[in-house]
Amino acid sequence: MSRTAQAFIAGAFEHPKRSLPDKTVPQIHAEVAVGALNDAGLSLRDVDAFFCAGDAPGFGGISMAEYLGLKLSYIDSTDTGGSSYLAHIGHARAAIAQGKCSVALITLAGKARESAKAKGSVQTLRDDAPEYGFEDVFGTSIAGKYALCAKRHMHEFGTTSEQLAEIKVAASVHAQHNENAFLRKVVTIEDVLSSPMISDPLHRLDCCVVTDGGGALVVVSPEVARALPRRCVKVLGHGEAIKHADVGRLDLTHTGAVWSGPRAFAEARLTPDDIDYASIYDSFTITVLMTLEDLGFCKKGEGGRFVLDGNLISGVGKLPFNTDGGGLCNNHPRNRGGMTKVIEAVRQLRGEAHPAVQVPDCRLALAHGTGGSISTRMGSVTLLLGSEDA
Amino acid sequence: MTEKLPSPDPLISLETQPFWDATAKGELRICRCRQCRSYIWYPRSICPFCMAEDCELVPASGGGTIYSFTITRRGSGAYKDSGPYVLAYVELDEGPRVMTNIVGIAPDEVRIGSRVGVTFDPAEERGWSLPRFAPETVA
Repeated sequence: MSRTAQAFIAGAFEHPKRSLPDKTVPQIHAEVAVGALNDAGLSLRDVDAFFCAGDAPGFGGISMAEYLGLKLSYIDSTDTGGSSYLAHIGHARAAIAQGKCSVALITLAGKARESAKAKGSVQTLRDDAPEYGFEDVFGTSIAGKYALCAKRHMHEFGTTSEQLAEIKVAASVHAQHNENAFLRKVVTIEDVLSSPMISDPLHRLDCCVVTDGGGALVVVSPEVARALPRRCVKVLGHGEAIKHADVGRLDLTHTGAVWSGPRAFAEARLTPDDIDYASIYDSFTITVLMTLEDLGFCKKGEGGRFVLDGNLISGVGKLPFNTDGGGLCNNHPRNRGGMTKVIEAVRQLRGEAHPAVQVPDCRLALAHGTGGSISTRMGSVTLLLGSEDA
Repeated sequence: MTEKLPSPDPLISLETQPFWDATAKGELRICRCRQCRSYIWYPRSICPFCMAEDCELVPASGGGTIYSFTITRRGSGAYKDSGPYVLAYVELDEGPRVMTNIVGIAPDEVRIGSRVGVTFDPAEERGWSLPRFAPETVA
């Protein structure tokens, strides 16, 4: 990627609802698309690129292009689980830099509450996956897979359940100010530790919420951004990585962020010390702790100490994170939390987060997405965003 | 003590048939590249290290060490009524870290680093059996 390649996030929209029994999935995609385009001051007719992942219904991007009446010169349906939408931003920037498109629409929508009720759980692998017979038959679950990492982390580094609970507490302190958050009650470390054990060492309150809903983003060229009255956010850096079981040479002590993070920081010529606000993927508390280490906010093994004393709470600690309440308290639509990570980072950089959690003079933000499972195979995408408008 | 765990169908493919056939005889076999001698988990036909389409199944010692584990309190699907059970990664003596269950021990007594050995439920009519691991007994 040329260092002169530029793109801006001009529109961002999070569906305000967390339960949508009376909507269809394409309808929710359309509602968030319209929401983000209205936010940007653009219309469906301006869109020439569409990005979606596995949550898009039917024929994916092609079905949605038809439903929305889009005329496209570019399409990308990269699916790296919950990190997909951050990948889409990087891919949109590359396509814009190559002159393939100038207004890219990215959408996420789904009804996770309904499917969780129907199945009793979320299937972790498709049965045509080559690894299926070597994992799912042993009774895997999403929480169980993350718990395997948490257990090993505790074994190697002495991380404690109390330290993991601090992450949930920080998210809940932020969520109390978000009127749309699924869980708004401030919780204590004791509340987390006394919630039912799901899969050792993860308790129910170590897990994210299950919600319906979605979100959308609009990424535009510098020319389009300059013509828009709305304040835009610049994409400064993007890094991707895929981590997997490595032909049996699996290492549970790190996530793919050890690779995606440095790639994004190098592209943006920034370091973790520069970051004013961070949206960190929070499917589980352990996801946050390991990602913070892997992105370089602290040394490997010191994540447990890093999160203590409210260090992730806006106005209290050194690294305000997930000021919307994150996936742990606010929203985790379609079990894919990457979209909402970007949206809250955009709010912070525009100065439009809730006043109680707004980071003063927020100029540089990080958003990180994790997809799949950190103990088996995952997508990892890191974005660095700046308040500098076009 | 965990009761006998269910054995859901691993959906055997042409590539994995020989691995599962061996389990019916109580044998754990590992895929290894004949060219570069790398162990490959799970079994597949092309070596990701040297690209040779020359992989074979070789007998594993059956021994290993618990790399990580979790006690899942309530399973779903086939494990819906299993009660608390242990999902784990075991590092085989040959190197690969493989997902499995730890059985033959109370879940609360499972520890990272403990020695374990492979165990198979009787395969009966199925023609295959899931490789699980239990504490090694002193011979």
